[in-house]
Amino acid sequence: MKNIRNFSVIAHIDHGKSTLADRLIQHTGIIDNRNFKDQILDNMDIERERGITIKSQAIALPYHARDGKDYILNLIDTPGHVDFSYEVSRSLSSCEGALLLIDASQGVQAQTVANLYLAMENDLKIIPVINKIDLPSADVERVVRQIDSELGLEPSGYLKCSAKEGIGIEDILEAVVQRIPPPKGDPAAPLAALIFDAQYDPFRGTVIYCRLFDGTVKKGDAIRFMSNNAVYKVEEVGIFSLFRKKSEKLSAGEVGYIIAGVKTVSDVSNGDTITHDKKPRDVPLPGFKEVKPVVFASIYPIASDDYDDLSVAMEKYTLNDASFTYQKDSSVALGQGYRCGFLGLLHLDVVQERLEREYDLSIILSVPSVRYRFTLTDGRVMDIDNPADYPDPASIIKTEEPYIRAAMMMPERGLGSVIKLCKEKRGVNSTLNYTSPGRVEFTSELPLAEVIYDFYDRFKTITQGYGSFDYDVIDYRESILALLDILVNGEKVDALSQIVHRDGARARGLMSCERLKEEIPRQMFKIAIQGAIGREIISRTTIPPFRKDVTAKCYGGDITRKRKLLEKQKKGKKRMKMVGSVSIPQSAFLAVLKTGHS
Amino acid sequence: MKNSATPDVAGLYIHIPFCRARCGYCDFYSVTSLFRIPDFLAALMKEMDMYSRKFSIFDTVYIGGGTPSLLGVQQLGDIFQKIKNIFVLPPNTEITIEANPADLDISFLKALRDMDVSRLNIGIQSFDRQILAFLERRHTADQAVYAIETARSAGFDNIGLDLIYGVPRQDMASWLDTLSMAVSFHPEHLSCYQLTLDADTSLGIRRQKGDFSLPGDDLQYDFFMKTAGILKDAGYIHYEVSNFAGGAKFCSRHNQKYWNHTPCLGLGPGAHSFLKGQRWWNYGSLEKYIAEIEAGKQPVQAMESLTMEQLQLEALCLGLRTKKGINFSQFAERYNYDLAVQKENVLKRLQDEGLVAIRNGCLRPTLSGLAIADSLSLI
Repeated sequence: MKNIRNFSVIAHIDHGKSTLADRLIQHTGIIDNRNFKDQILDNMDIERERGITIKSQAIALPYHARDGKDYILNLIDTPGHVDFSYEVSRSLSSCEGALLLIDASQGVQAQTVANLYLAMENDLKIIPVINKIDLPSADVERVVRQIDSELGLEPSGYLKCSAKEGIGIEDILEAVVQRIPPPKGDPAAPLAALIFDAQYDPFRGTVIYCRLFDGTVKKGDAIRFMSNNAVYKVEEVGIFSLFRKKSEKLSAGEVGYIIAGVKTVSDVSNGDTITHDKKPRDVPLPGFKEVKPVVFASIYPIASDDYDDLSVAMEKYTLNDASFTYQKDSSVALGQGYRCGFLGLLHLDVVQERLEREYDLSIILSVPSVRYRFTLTDGRVMDIDNPADYPDPASIIKTEEPYIRAAMMMPERGLGSVIKLCKEKRGVNSTLNYTSPGRVEFTSELPLAEVIYDFYDRFKTITQGYGSFDYDVIDYRESILALLDILVNGEKVDALSQIVHRDGARARGLMSCERLKEEIPRQMFKIAIQGAIGREIISRTTIPPFRKDVTAKCYGGDITRKRKLLEKQKKGKKRMKMVGSVSIPQSAFLAVLKTGHS
Repeated sequence: MKNSATPDVAGLYIHIPFCRARCGYCDFYSVTSLFRIPDFLAALMKEMDMYSRKFSIFDTVYIGGGTPSLLGVQQLGDIFQKIKNIFVLPPNTEITIEANPADLDISFLKALRDMDVSRLNIGIQSFDRQILAFLERRHTADQAVYAIETARSAGFDNIGLDLIYGVPRQDMASWLDTLSMAVSFHPEHLSCYQLTLDADTSLGIRRQKGDFSLPGDDLQYDFFMKTAGILKDAGYIHYEVSNFAGGAKFCSRHNQKYWNHTPCLGLGPGAHSFLKGQRWWNYGSLEKYIAEIEAGKQPVQAMESLTMEQLQLEALCLGLRTKKGINFSQFAERYNYDLAVQKENVLKRLQDEGLVAIRNGCLRPTLSGLAIADSLSLI
């Protein structure tokens, strides 16, 4: 056990985590350079394209250290985006130490701090690593000062590297061996394995990722999940070496996987403890707090015939993303679909893209919403995230909405605009902290609904990309809400309904109308688009009809060509949603929910 | 004489794939290698033989192109002789020939009359010198005037003129000059086409490169409505989106066959044929056409059997381009689809918007409806 190190790399997004992981893997020689793909741990296309890690992964690196001994270094990768911080937390609980990676030119950012706190909560040994020192804009001195003043870490203990250029990699591996403590635990004690992830393998069922704190587990053992006392028989155990590598047993201190005939990922709860059925442990390991979705939207197939395909895709998708929740929903305008819960807007984007790409579906999303709380005259308290469930306004005595505490770090020059933005977004109880010369940390308590609207994009623009942002949901606060409906030629398009703050309803209604006007093509008749609260029309715009077609010649008997053109147009029209007699393209639905400031 | 072709009697189209020069907007097949005319004619005669069993009688013949007026009197005479040898042409058969104004002189025109050509369709396109140059026409406005007047004096009593509007840089005044000039000759038929550019044509390529752009929707609409109004006042029947006749008997019987799914035989490169739900078309290459025929094969490039759904779509599209419109019960009988019931809501809406009218069991586009006939057919 003393030759094992379990560690993680934590960083703000784009600070080079995946590249560093690549170099560490290459250095230990478990894959030859010919077979190497960049960002090897990011094995979903979407992860590689967006340069973000969504699911955590683990890998065992064999390392021959300068002290002459051989070590197994278990690198547990973590996601870098704010939406996925719960995944970071899960990964960290399996480690004894973490490399805190900081970009030499960008310095400490919001998620550097957020991830550091998570690591500290898990009592991890932290090694600051300054990356990208090869960049012309690198300012190592400044970062060292930030490590001291902003992070409160010992400024002398840092390492420098360029993951891209392969500089300083061996020093990092040495530091992992020398400075991160080996795992503790007793291989002879009753089994205690902490589940930190699970993935679905179509051939083997669910593969459970776990860290053993005590005991030993091997093929044939009867194991028990301590949360629900479900018992399974172990079919295979092993470690991660880019791919799964079968081993005889897993012992205290090790990180590996267990396959035990568990059908779906949802049968496994992350943070649960696995023990032996016959010789169980008394108390489970401390688990993780349950992650709750905070952003909700409905997903519909563009063609109603595709509903069954969507159902299958959703089912398959959840096998690998336990944080994604869904239930049946239906819309008058869009037909059968699903109401889904997401961890944040990026999570929503990722789900949408994966459903479209991996399952070849064309889908429409309704406007994202948070979960509001309504207290009714009969004393009932209802949590509602779907505008379709909006209670009768006469029965509402109190409405509340979730608030977050947003932590923003940025160069001082962006501060004025950020304060203005937060004010516009109904921010309260702001605090300001000068962390180092020229840099500020600004916190504000904001309604989550305002943040999922267009906050993040605007924040990034204002701070010219130098600002970083992190948030926690804190509580529910009283608020004045209203249900904004969108009507197309007098017919309500329920999928476009939104729960909004009453004061911003008019502006929101106008923007929705304008967006739709831009996206709905002119049709044979005039289209009126209206925003309404109850019976009151609060915004309105019209799309004039087109009056002239290009009536291509239809002479000489080549009617086939004309027909093919019509068939193509008809097919295009089928991809639009008919609301009354108006065809609305997918892009119109997207435009209303894409909330970037125009 | 009532001008409705007997429903089941087929039409014959012959494509003469030669031009002295290609016009920049035209996407019909033609070549400028005129020395191949004799070989083409030999192949054409053989192609007629190949259809002697499938078709027997035609009551419309349309010699189009390309530029049929390039052919000599003798060559045209041979074609007509061959047609009459193989097929039956009843009395009153409508025989149309397309002509370029530059090719027309009194002796040629008289010879056409002697061959029983009943309709002369002259490609005028414009009387504006600049527009003619833009369209890359090889004739002048004076030649056009001369051609029309000479055709009259040769005895043609059914003259059609083709005009094009919506040409880049053409303003309303220029178009109305051309239109009123054309009307002043009292032609029995007028085709006023909105310029549309296929991507493969030389003007289409220039347009894609951004050399020019076509007039916007609003101006196109104005061109269309003004044209319709002026010709209506001049006594013409607007019987199809782009076609106007100076009386019911002057509606092109041949074109109506295409719009009614009436059998048609198309001969020559690129020509299309239709019979009993099947459509086939010849190779759009003169050399391939000749080679196939010399090898004893029909020069057919492809054939399709239309599904009922495809026939419905075509019938809807073609019907809604015509003043006559669609007779609900005939449509239901032929295409197994009850438009009035299936599309009740949208038709109601279109009626309210003044785009269609329903009367006596017929669905007809209004003038505003004709302007967006393409979209109407997508209901």
